[in-house]
Amino acid sequence: MSKSNWPLWEVFIRSKQGLSHKHVGSLHAADAEMAIENARDVYTRRMEGISIWVVPSSEISASSPDDKDIMYEPANDKVYRHPTFYNIPPEIGHM
Amino acid sequence: MQDSLYKYLLRLGDNSLILGQRLGEWCGHGPALEEDIALTNIALDLIGQSTQLLEYAGSLAPEKKSADELAFLRDAPEFLNVILVELPNEDYAFTIARQFIFSAYLDLLYLKLMSSKDIQLRAIAAKSSKELGYHYKHSRDWIVRLGDGTELSHDKIQHAINTIWTYSGELFEDDKIEVELTEKGIACLNSGLLAEWKVRVEDCFNEATLTIPEEQWMQTGGRTGKHSEHLGFILSDMQFLQRAYPGNEW
Repeated sequence: MSKSNWPLWEVFIRSKQGLSHKHVGSLHAADAEMAIENARDVYTRRMEGISIWVVPSSEISASSPDDKDIMYEPANDKVYRHPTFYNIPPEIGHM
Repeated sequence: MQDSLYKYLLRLGDNSLILGQRLGEWCGHGPALEEDIALTNIALDLIGQSTQLLEYAGSLAPEKKSADELAFLRDAPEFLNVILVELPNEDYAFTIARQFIFSAYLDLLYLKLMSSKDIQLRAIAAKSSKELGYHYKHSRDWIVRLGDGTELSHDKIQHAINTIWTYSGELFEDDKIEVELTEKGIACLNSGLLAEWKVRVEDCFNEATLTIPEEQWMQTGGRTGKHSEHLGFILSDMQFLQRAYPGNEW
């Protein structure tokens, strides 16, 4: 059993009820069950979370860094997409 | 009664302390980074348990002692842990076999001690029980993985179990200390845990395609201070600093 044969998993932790799972890192494990246990040992030692998701890294599809100009540049000058031009009545407070 | 409870707490505390120290030897040497961290987490859980147990024991000692004094200034014959926990780590299969045999027992014991009439022992058991639940699960999973893994891993874990089996009997022994404290509702008989432990072992070994070793002669003596030659070596590592620089703190 060589550890280099263990596939890579991405780990997502939910820090508390109501928040969403957040990517915290990755680790190696033989299967999902071991990945969850390993994630518990590696990423929740300091009370970081109450729920763990693990996903095989190979199952993640990612956007290409080369496409960043066409993907993200066009949004750069479209400030009107932020809802910052409304007058918010003071009694509503911070939104 | 106070003396019995003192010794009982030493038996519990020393088990956790010595096994914690043993597991700590894996730090930086685990078979995979993730397992390295898992084992050291478990080691730290055990040392935390022993700190609480020895602190409580020290408060009952004829002359009050701190947990550190009990851990670092007693010699081997005064340690009351079972021999199983002082055995060298050997390889990973051996470490996991020892861990499973012991955790399956200790988990059952703490579950019982959670209803002890002694408030402090009950509180320690309640906290430790959650940790032990995980230790048991962790080692059980590995027994199944190794047993039901490759031919090599199967042979290694079976060999480890066969080698270590003779040290498993001592876990379920009682003497007048356990009997007295059980009558008072403070402790529980180790022998009373055997049936349930066997069910756990059989269930796990079936899943892992492993064979339970035959009935055999069992080693004994640790709980009365008669140890294997290995304990002295652990203590010389563990106690070096306090022996060389008495009372040193940091």
